[in-house]
Amino acid sequence: MADLVKLVEERNRAELGLDPTAIPSFGIGDTLRIEIEVTEGNKTRQQPFQGVCIRRAGGGQGESFTLRRVAAGVGVERTFALLSPKIKKMEVVRRGKVRRARLYYLRGKVGKATRIKEAGRDS
Amino acid sequence: MKGLIGRKVGMTQVFTAGGERIPVTVLELGPCVVTQTKTVASDGYEALQLAFDPVLDEATSRDLSPEQREKRLAKRVRKPQRGHFAKAETTPHRVLRELRVATAAGVAVGSVLTAEVFAVGEVVDVTATSKGKGFQGAMKRHHFSGQGASHGAKIHRKPASAGATDAARVFKGKRGPGQMGNARVTVRNLVVEMVDAAANLLVLRGAVPGPTGALVMVTGEE
Repeated sequence: MADLVKLVEERNRAELGLDPTAIPSFGIGDTLRIEIEVTEGNKTRQQPFQGVCIRRAGGGQGESFTLRRVAAGVGVERTFALLSPKIKKMEVVRRGKVRRARLYYLRGKVGKATRIKEAGRDS
Repeated sequence: MKGLIGRKVGMTQVFTAGGERIPVTVLELGPCVVTQTKTVASDGYEALQLAFDPVLDEATSRDLSPEQREKRLAKRVRKPQRGHFAKAETTPHRVLRELRVATAAGVAVGSVLTAEVFAVGEVVDVTATSKGKGFQGAMKRHHFSGQGASHGAKIHRKPASAGATDAARVFKGKRGPGQMGNARVTVRNLVVEMVDAAANLLVLRGAVPGPTGALVMVTGEE
């Protein structure tokens, strides 16, 4: 009976032409580059956004993640639905090694202090 | 009015092409067998009696011999009930509900209704028994404000005044603590998002009363 819920989710993905296997596996501290579809007036274009993943929240259809970057000296954080049809491309630029699930401490730091160690082969 | 009996399967979220995420409730709806028609001439009102959820469903009784089926049905369903279902030329079902209709005369007893009576975009009402919350205070039950937590207050979550001194009594229907939930609730105007009659599937935008597995009745305008 619970399979009907899965069926609905799969149909929804098929309808929108989404492929969940295209989402790379990534963790907190990884640097991601994604492309989001933006509609301006009647034109749509792909807007890139690159940043450090500081949070993953929720699960299943509701899972979301937050990317943080510092643009022109100002911290910018954007939260996306992981399964959103607006995300056209997703790639992991760099694997980071961190000891927290939520990297909120980055907000209070600038420059060198915001560096994250690159993950080794076994981490 | 048209309607079907079903079960609440659970909730999830689906995306629109625009990237909007919408909460939906998944229902397993029907198939329902018309077991009796009631007309003004016979009963004083027009209605269909619908049956849902066969006592012996395909999944659990597939490997049973006809004798075993008979034995099991005899044990689970009383004879008068079995006669009632036999009249509609169907197997006994667990749930019987009446659906008021404008004219029941044209509907054949024994005909089967499936989710295809509903279409995507249509607006429907859902009736079910809400989750029981037990005996609850006035704050949770009726959204009373309560009183202060500090400044020496000795009353916090009580309903406080029940009326004016001039009346010298409490008016009938005054809201207060009591049983909350476990009552018949109808949620109106839910939009149908997805229909699949083959899978007995109906997906509605928004929430539906009751826990997962709850019996629900979905009705809509003809």
